[in-house]
Amino acid sequence: MKEKSIGTVKTEYFTFAEAGQELKLECGEKLGPITLAYETYGELNAAKSNAILILHALSGDAHAAGFHQEDDKYPGWWDTMIGPGKAFDTDKYFVICSNILGGCKGSTGPSSNNPKTNKPYALDFPVITVTDIVNCQRYIIDHLGIEKLLSVTGGSMGGMQALTWLVKYPEKIRSAIPIATALKHSPQQIAFDEVGRQAIMADPHWKEGNYYDEAGPDKGLAVARMIGHITYMSDQSMEDKFGRQKKKEIKPFKFTADFEVEGYLKYRGEHFVKRFDANSYLYITKAMDNFNLLEGKTIQTLFKGIRAKLLVIAFKSDWLYPAYQSKEIVKASKLAGLEATYCEVDSTYGHDAFLLETKEETHLVKNFLKKVYGDIEKNGT
Amino acid sequence: MEHRNARLDNLVISDLIEAKSNILDLGCGNGDLMSLLVTEKECTAHGIEKDEQAIYEGVEKGLNVLHGDIDSGLSEYSDNSFDYVILNQSLQQVDHFDTVFREALRVGKKVIVGLPNFAHYKARLQLFFLGKAPVTRSLPYSWYDSPNVHFLSMTDFIHYCDSRNAKIERSVFLGEKRKVSLLPNLFANVGIYLLSK
Repeated sequence: MKEKSIGTVKTEYFTFAEAGQELKLECGEKLGPITLAYETYGELNAAKSNAILILHALSGDAHAAGFHQEDDKYPGWWDTMIGPGKAFDTDKYFVICSNILGGCKGSTGPSSNNPKTNKPYALDFPVITVTDIVNCQRYIIDHLGIEKLLSVTGGSMGGMQALTWLVKYPEKIRSAIPIATALKHSPQQIAFDEVGRQAIMADPHWKEGNYYDEAGPDKGLAVARMIGHITYMSDQSMEDKFGRQKKKEIKPFKFTADFEVEGYLKYRGEHFVKRFDANSYLYITKAMDNFNLLEGKTIQTLFKGIRAKLLVIAFKSDWLYPAYQSKEIVKASKLAGLEATYCEVDSTYGHDAFLLETKEETHLVKNFLKKVYGDIEKNGT
Repeated sequence: MEHRNARLDNLVISDLIEAKSNILDLGCGNGDLMSLLVTEKECTAHGIEKDEQAIYEGVEKGLNVLHGDIDSGLSEYSDNSFDYVILNQSLQQVDHFDTVFREALRVGKKVIVGLPNFAHYKARLQLFFLGKAPVTRSLPYSWYDSPNVHFLSMTDFIHYCDSRNAKIERSVFLGEKRKVSLLPNLFANVGIYLLSK
């Protein structure tokens, strides 16, 4: 597998909004300095016209492709899509992936040091929104000297960021590829997030978010992740993956996790707490729940005046971000006369399909980008 | 001019369309017609197609294709959004013929319809002499697996347009390889109509 990979990559860090120039957030509070972790793959061309910004989902990070070390067991989270000859072809395009504001993988978030107290922010961290997250990414793009991105793309919450770029900075992008996402979070999506948050906050180790000196709310965060994983799969994909199969070594306890599916969720939960901060989970899920591009706007006017091209992708078995939500994006683009392509991919993987259904996704993305990039050469615009 | 070996009906439709128009192709299939209109006529085109594989083919051609059903996908467009709405070999397959037709006329300044002729003489002969549901070049399906749900003749369609106040500006009738001018309702396989309101 490694020969098709971009190879060894390194995470970079960029700090902005220093003292006196703090970033004003949507909630009204000011935050700074802010550091974002990011990675880049491929080369920026002389015209700086081949840059693509990859936007990650709830639990993602800047490490989207390649390996940090030669002997790393797993590559970045979207390595199947980013690399030489892949959908986001690093032989052609300059691909950027940044960790989000509020995250815990090298970017400023609740676990970062608060310069005012010299302790982690914890719940002193301000409430953030998807727009705040996107505003921070703007700094990275400006820092890299890119006037206009060839494309912005991401699945799930990454798609919300792509749509926010489209609406807030239409002049900065030539195209957007929102995948398995929505114009606004639905009550069902909010409900699942809230159960996750309640699990974290009910853990006695959470301590109103002040757990950084001691053991954190691992049990609560693991349960939140388990709920998440259930919503990322489909009835069919669970049946295919686990059936009613039981684990081999059954321990003599009534409620041991003896079904394969239980073991899987337990493993996923326990694995997650090693790499994710519980407070980040609270802040980021809240940003997703507050996401509503239609607030104060109508679907008729949402994309009005925007010239960017759109590729919208949904997956048939995704019940967390159902296809009707992607069709709303298509509806807004129809009403605004945007050039758009929409495909509902026949997949049984549920919401996880955006990470797994790479054959179809590659075909769509590769040809779409080829067209958008080709138009620059043709029209010079 | 590689497209000049394109399907005859596509070439006829292309000739009916003014250059640099804004097109909506309903039931665009693999996008061959749109591709012809984009490259030869410099049109801006969108297609709606329900078949997923056809969407992949359209995307490969660099076209704007929307995966969906034309029975429900038009209400989101405002009036006169397109210079031409095309329904080539798709209108006879929709569930709600009348609704789709009216919607096409609403969102398009002009509408181009291409339909097979159920009253072609070979179909008439099969029905009359063999007593069997006809299978012809333009109606190639058996009765049990046909995607067509509306079986109409050219005369039927012309009367229908009249009843819906759609003006037939031009009509072209096609045989197997060339245009037909003599008794088209008997000898033409396909009718292509340019309609306005």
